[in-house]
Order: sequence, then structure tokens, then C-alpha cells
Amino acid sequence: MIVQALSFYVFAAVLIVSGVLVVANRNPVYSVLFLILTFFNAAGLFVLLGAEFLAMMLVVVYVGAVAVLFLFVVMMLDINFAELRQGFVRYAGIGAVVGIVLVAEIIFVVSSGAMSPAAGALGGSPMPAGVTNTEALGNILYTDYFYLFQAAGVVLLIAMIGAIVLTHREREGVRRQRIAAQLARDRRSVEIKKVPTGTGI
Amino acid sequence: MVDFWSSYAWPTVIILIQILAIVLPLLLAVAYLTYAERKVMAAMQMRRGPNVVGWWGLLQPIADGLKLMFKETIIPSGASRIPFLVAPMITFTLSLIAWAAIPFGEGIVIADLNVGILYLFAISSLGVYGVVVAGWASNSKYPFLGALRSAAQMVSYEVSIGFVLVTVLLCVGSLNLSDVVRAQQSIWFVVPLLPMAVIFFISALAETNRPPFDLPEAESELVAGYFSEYSAMTFALFFLGEYANIWLMSAMTSLLFLGGWLPIFGWEPFADGSVGQIIWHGLWFAAKIGFVAFCFLWVRATFPRYRYDQLMRLGWKVFLPVSLAAVVVTSGVLVFFDLLPNK
Amino acid sequence: MTVLNRTAKSFLLQELLSGMWLTLKYVFRPKVTINYPYEKGPLSPRFRGEHVLRRYPNGEERCIACKLCEAVCPALAITIEAEPRADGSRRTTRYDIDMTKCIYCGLCQEACPVDAVVEGPNFEFATETREELFYNKERLLANGDRWEAEIAANLQSDSPYR
Repeated sequence: MIVQALSFYVFAAVLIVSGVLVVANRNPVYSVLFLILTFFNAAGLFVLLGAEFLAMMLVVVYVGAVAVLFLFVVMMLDINFAELRQGFVRYAGIGAVVGIVLVAEIIFVVSSGAMSPAAGALGGSPMPAGVTNTEALGNILYTDYFYLFQAAGVVLLIAMIGAIVLTHREREGVRRQRIAAQLARDRRSVEIKKVPTGTGI
Repeated sequence: MVDFWSSYAWPTVIILIQILAIVLPLLLAVAYLTYAERKVMAAMQMRRGPNVVGWWGLLQPIADGLKLMFKETIIPSGASRIPFLVAPMITFTLSLIAWAAIPFGEGIVIADLNVGILYLFAISSLGVYGVVVAGWASNSKYPFLGALRSAAQMVSYEVSIGFVLVTVLLCVGSLNLSDVVRAQQSIWFVVPLLPMAVIFFISALAETNRPPFDLPEAESELVAGYFSEYSAMTFALFFLGEYANIWLMSAMTSLLFLGGWLPIFGWEPFADGSVGQIIWHGLWFAAKIGFVAFCFLWVRATFPRYRYDQLMRLGWKVFLPVSLAAVVVTSGVLVFFDLLPNK
Repeated sequence: MTVLNRTAKSFLLQELLSGMWLTLKYVFRPKVTINYPYEKGPLSPRFRGEHVLRRYPNGEERCIACKLCEAVCPALAITIEAEPRADGSRRTTRYDIDMTKCIYCGLCQEACPVDAVVEGPNFEFATETREELFYNKERLLANGDRWEAEIAANLQSDSPYR
């Protein structure tokens, strides 16, 4: 048990510290790297909870794909620190209000057992015995929450189409490689001419 | 005190021994993969390859290793020091930790994870960080371009790898790698899922930055790509990591499509559970990994490098639709003929 | 039909596989390279390798310090200083060739009226330090003694064409 407790505290501590560093760091690339570290530790916490499927999905989706794209964009930024810090005082008040509201909400959620007795019981519901948690998740997602799951998929699809529509533009006069046409060429589509010396075609 | 010994210290020692038992042969295999690559490519180009150090040049990888070890580690003055030094370590570590989940035989595995396939997929998709961080931290044009190429390339090909994994999962009904192998008892998945196996192999080439997809290190345009600024052991770590990744991808291909440790035609000359059977299975697994790794080298000796837009086209316009269609077709066939596992 | 044919070919990776089959066949062809440190390829008698300073059969050095080679050297690799010797003959006191500058054009040996400086057949003179490649007179004469037999034979076989 000691090992589990120790690893929980290590993961949690590193997670919080790197979470703070994401915000506190001046260099956005370091921020993204700390964000990745945060994701990793969150995955570690999931594993400790016995939710290995969620942990792996967090690593595959967020660390393996989303954060790579973040890093991709951030690496190419030309950062002007002075400009970045200009609006700090102006927006500090609004930022603080939003932050306080969020903290209050988190506190309410964590102590939600007090608000609704049923919610507390649900939060602690254990995994069904004899089933891996991949199966358990699938059983819930594709039965009880099937329509919501589909709706989430549709929302993502719309977001994707929206992004494509907004950014894609047809440019005039661009010559593209037509691979099929190139592959279709064979010896018969080339005419071989004998050119006499000194004359040209 | 006795309690501490039996419940903490002894298991730690056992795990350390298991790790060493995998990592040491793996490192040796990595060293000799570089030798095999040079020899295979030499043979295909009618050359001789390394033949001076040791018998038939067999000590060449060791000589190379020693040379790299005794060279000076140069850190460019404009580089970000910590990421610059951490990047090769990331690459190397990631290529090693994935082996924890690889089963070498029935029950011969360090961590028999329930989500083994996802674990391997996650680790292989993390490989990009070593490259990207190295390219950025070098603070130099060509490594940076290499890093950008690598990031875009690996994210693109992960998508098709993911869908190929889904088709395999549909046929297995479990994410456990040992279960994947057991499901191939009657027929290796390479037969019914041949197109998927081909797509997986090609995507694995892209994922390990191997030719014809080695644009991140394209020497004719980017010097050496993302590790242009690296020297000595930092360079060696990248090198080792890359070749360990080739072994890893070969192992993954054999587990998913070539029946892992299962012998061909169920050929079992040894009794169940005997030491002979374990060794027999291990040899089969090694032979399959070796064959796939040979294909990596074979492809390198055969094909010229892709152009970058062609690489992106192949990933997004060919592999993504084909693998997505394959997921639908496979699940349709499985449901229609009532072949779904775990019913 | 051709469309169908082409589609089938591209989906079955026919061209890729035929390429791989070709490389696989080449594995079993005999090697075209020689086993270099143990076997060596033939060298022309005109091969321009490491420089030597030759001697007459009686042991007297050939070089008469005319400095034609120094003058003709396009890379300015040759440095010569000369003084009359006690017996009145004109000889070099210093004859240096900077092998790191030399471009192996062979003009020095063309210029030499007494066949003293010759580029011999040796091409394996790699060193561990740069300084070792700054050849002086002793080194060049020693080279001459070492390679005299080969150089004499090469000059002999090339002489009808000069």
C-alpha cells in the first residue's frame, strides 16, 4: 500500500507543480513541454485508479497528437514578451474573477456528495467485477449513453467541417501533380523521333 | 525487516533482473541491426560492407560504439541546454520501455497489460517528442525543419496505424497482446488482413523515420535533419533509439499479424509448458522479428525518398480512407458472418 | 481494360514489389567491389600519388635546385632553398612539400628536367596529425629510396609516350 500512496503523492505533486509551471513559464515552448508532463502525471493517476484505458487514451490522444500540434504551432511563433505582458494589468481583474468562480465551482463539485446524496454514491461506484475497464467503458458508452456519444461525434465532425470550410480556399492557376495521369503514361504515349545531327526537330 | 525484504526489496530485484534480461540482448540486437543494415544494403548494391574489424566485420558495431563514446559532446552555444540533452534520452528511453509489454512466449512478459496494444501505440506516438525537442533545442535551421517535418509526418501516420490496430482488435476482442497472439492460433492475421498488414508496415516505416519516409533526416536537403547538431553519446542515443524502434515496430508487426511466438502450421514438437517449447516459441518470435526487420532494410535499399507532399498525400488521402474503410468492412464481415469474438 | 489493369497494378503494389524483387536478386550476384585492404585495384604507370625525391644510382640526389617545380606549382605547395655545396654543385638545403596543399596535378614532375621529383604509386599515406603531412627533404628522399623500383619501372613503361 505504501508504494501506491507514495506514487500517488509523487504523481499529484509533479502534476500540480508542472501545471503551475505551464502558466508561469515565460517561454511558450517550455509551457507546452510542462503541459505534456502534466498529462503524463494525470495518466499516472488514472493508472493508480485502475483506469488504464483512460490513461492510455490520455497519452495517445493528448500527448501523442494534440500536444504535438501545440508544440508545432508554438515552436514557430515569433514571441514578443513585452507585447505579451502589456495587457496583464488591464485584464488582471477579469482574470481573477473567472479564476475565483472556477475554484468555487470545483469546490462545489468535489463536495457534491453533500448537495445530492445520489451523486456521492454514483461517484464511488466501483467497476463491475470480472470485466476489464475497457469493456466496462464500452458497455456504458454504447448502451446507456449511445445517443450522447453519437452527438459528441457529430459535434466533432461539424467542428472539423467548419475548420476546413474556413481555411480551405481554391487558388487559381496552381499546377498540381496528377499522379494517376503520370502513372498512366507508358511507352506508347511517348513518340520517339530520330533527330539527325546538326538539324534539330 | 524480513517483511520489508520479502514484500519490497525482493520484487524490486526480480523486476530489475527481468529488465536487464530484456534490455541487454536488445541493445546487442540494436548494435547488430546497424551491422545487418550495412551488410544487407551492401549485398543489394553488390558491395561487401564492413569486413575488416573482426571476422566478416562482426566487431564493427562495437568499434563504432567505442568511437562515439570517446568523442566530445558538443553543445552549440545557442542551444537550450536542458532540452538539448534531454531529447536524446527521451528517444532512447521510449524505445526501451515499450518492451515491457511485449510477450516473448506464453506468459513470458514483464507486464501483461490489459491495454498492451494501446500502451505500445502510446509509446510509439511519443517518439516524436525526442525529435521535435531536439530540433527546437538545437536552435539551428536544419534541425528545426527536420523537427517540423517529423511532427507532421508522425501525427499523420499514427492515424492509419490506429485504424489498423482497430481492425486487429475487432478480430481479437481484447487489447491484451498475449490474447492477440492466442487469437491467431488457427490462422495468422496476415492472411485475412493482408492489406492492413501492408498498411501497418508502411506506416511503421513512416513512424520510425525510415526510408523512403526519412524526410526528418533527409541528408541531401537537411544536412542530418533533427540531429545535425548532435555529436558523440547524444548522437549515439538517437541512433540506438532509432534502431531499437525498428526492432519494436518489427515486434509489433509480428505480434499483430505474424502470430507472435506461434510456429507455422501449429508445428509443436515439444510438450506443452516444457522448457523446450518456450525456447522453440522464442526462436519463432525472433525469426519473425528478424524477417520484418530485414524488410525494413530491404525497403531502404530499394526505394528512393518520398517528396514531402507525396508523403502527406499517401498518409491522408490513401491510407486514412483505406484503413477507415477496412474498419467498416471488417466489422461488417464479422457481424454478418457472426464471427465476433467475446460473444 | 487498361484502367482496370492499372488500378489492379497500383493497388497490388506491383511496381514496388518488382523493385524489391530486383534488389533481392542482386543480393546473390557476385560482388563488384574488391576486398580493399587485402586486394588492390590496378594502377596506371602515370598514377599521381605521394611525391618522392629520387637519387642517381650512385646515391647522389637528382635535384639540382632549379626551382622549376616551385615555380610551376599551382597550389604553392613546394618551398625550396638552395646553396652551392662545398664541391661547387648546386643543391637544395631545403625541399618542402605541403601535402595538405598539394592538388596532385603532376606539374612538378612534368617540369623537372632531371626526373628528381616524381609522384609515385603510393596513395596510402594518411596520418594522424596534420604536421606529419608537411614533408621535408629527408622524408621525400626516404620515400624515393623506398619506392625507387616501382617508380623506375613506371617511368620506363611510360617513356615511349613522353
